[in-house]
Amino acid sequence: MSNLTMMTEEEKLEQFVQRIEAGDKIEADDWMPEEYRMALIKLISMHGISEIMGALPEKEWVPKAPSLHRKLGIMAKVQDEMGHGQLLLRVAEDLLKPYGKNRGDLMQDLFNGDLKFHNVFHMDTRTWGDAGLIGWLVDGAAIITQTNMLGASYGPYARALQRICAEEVFHAQHGEAIIMALAEGTEEQRAMVQDALNRWWDALLMFFGPASKDTTGSSKQDVTIKYKIRTKTNEQLRQAFFDKYVPRILSLGLKLPDPTMHYDEENKVWVYQQPDWAEFKKIIKNQGPRSQERLNLRRTSYENNAWVRDALAATVS
Amino acid sequence: MSSTENVLSPEYKEAVTNLLFQLADDDFLISFRGSEWLGLAPHIEEDVASSSISQDTMGHAAMYYTLLEELSIGKADDLAHLRPASERKNSILAERVNGEGYYMETPQYDWAYAVVRNFFYAQAKKVKIDSLRQSSYQPLAETAVKVNMELYYHLLHWKTWFVQLLSSTDEAKQKMTAAMELVMKDFGDVFSYGNEKAAIEGNQLIASEEELKARWTANMTPIFESLEMAVPAIPEASEKNGRNGEHTEELDGALATLSEVYKLDPVAVW
Repeated sequence: MSNLTMMTEEEKLEQFVQRIEAGDKIEADDWMPEEYRMALIKLISMHGISEIMGALPEKEWVPKAPSLHRKLGIMAKVQDEMGHGQLLLRVAEDLLKPYGKNRGDLMQDLFNGDLKFHNVFHMDTRTWGDAGLIGWLVDGAAIITQTNMLGASYGPYARALQRICAEEVFHAQHGEAIIMALAEGTEEQRAMVQDALNRWWDALLMFFGPASKDTTGSSKQDVTIKYKIRTKTNEQLRQAFFDKYVPRILSLGLKLPDPTMHYDEENKVWVYQQPDWAEFKKIIKNQGPRSQERLNLRRTSYENNAWVRDALAATVS
Repeated sequence: MSSTENVLSPEYKEAVTNLLFQLADDDFLISFRGSEWLGLAPHIEEDVASSSISQDTMGHAAMYYTLLEELSIGKADDLAHLRPASERKNSILAERVNGEGYYMETPQYDWAYAVVRNFFYAQAKKVKIDSLRQSSYQPLAETAVKVNMELYYHLLHWKTWFVQLLSSTDEAKQKMTAAMELVMKDFGDVFSYGNEKAAIEGNQLIASEEELKARWTANMTPIFESLEMAVPAIPEASEKNGRNGEHTEELDGALATLSEVYKLDPVAVW
């Protein structure tokens, strides 16, 4: 391999593309094109901050969990999510180094709306059924999108995902156990699950993002596929989710919230009603049902604890 | 376990039951307060660490409630979720709110209070657990051994925070000093066995209140000395004694939240 300092930008790019094509892993200190670095920063900081914002809707149900066993389970689950956030923000922080930015900057980006968090975490949680459904289907959906990136060309992200996916499998089992207890329980409990599924359905479809950028005006799936950060398109992932979960939903005696939904045997695809993508655009601009409340909660706690960070910085220096 | 139960005299069983309720309710409530902090700790690493501690502590509460279930006092989940405030035996310190505001809205929680409460509580729990390892009630002695393994890390964690914040900025010291005053005001029943003192101590279930207080102070002394401070004196008694079922409204709020879903149908499987 020739000396990087002697190479032109074009040569560096060519070599980089060759490495990616050969299935090589790019590491934090390796040369990478700006477009690649920016795509990673956007993807990983959004993923990391979503894990942290995602703790907030679930945490609403942690103190209320209906038994000692469930209290222990959901505490461990939400703790894991915070742990994933930490792992991912560390990866993002390394990528941000050339720009002189750090975690504090990411927090400010979140607060001023530049850094988005995942659409599902803007939603209301109204019952214990929602707590189960998040674990079962939101984490189930996350497993599908994250497994798609396990082979990501960026090594640090791929390695973080290995661990995250392993834990997400437990989460989906934890969620499924809650849902099964409810689905096999009293009439009121069964109604609770069906109601949660009905309310979360559109958000779950939106989770995978629009099929193409024609829907919302922009999509990063093209560039992430080009650089082998991911392999499948949004629509392929959504179909994989249906393949896995539609039979499970039906086997629990639940009804699909979309009565028109069916499997097209000939084309081997699920045919379903599109969610309201205009609503999706609103949600990811922090205009969802609970967007402002959750941001405000994080902002307030961040400000309330500013003295602690100051105090720690003072003891370190 | 039923064989153990058969050989217990009614008086002894009554004393064990009372002590177990005190231990269970303490850990249950303080863990509940910890769970309200989830997602709001000063930094992400701390969120992971302190929620792990809350989780361990909830596990300890579950072990004590299970010991009560084995004594045929009731189902562990019922004991944890359904008993009214007047039957709760936790210390006032364990039930106190984390600060202003409800956790579902935008609470103004106080990290200094969290650090001081948890550190002083963990140290109190440590001297109790050390004594319980020699308890005359064997199932409790065995539980204490398990609890002790995790408690080591809890104590280390909160001690680190305590020393660090008191060795730092003036603002931090002021907040910590204010928090210590608040915590010590509620420390009067932490080592109390309430009306059951004679029975609990007499049956050698655990060391006397006075002995435990002295050990707590002795354990705290080197830490305070390193900070050039005096160990705060444990109050003789407090206005309300949680061990006798006397509580603040803050406990009512906690019980309403933690049992909200369970109470929808306590017979159902959740």
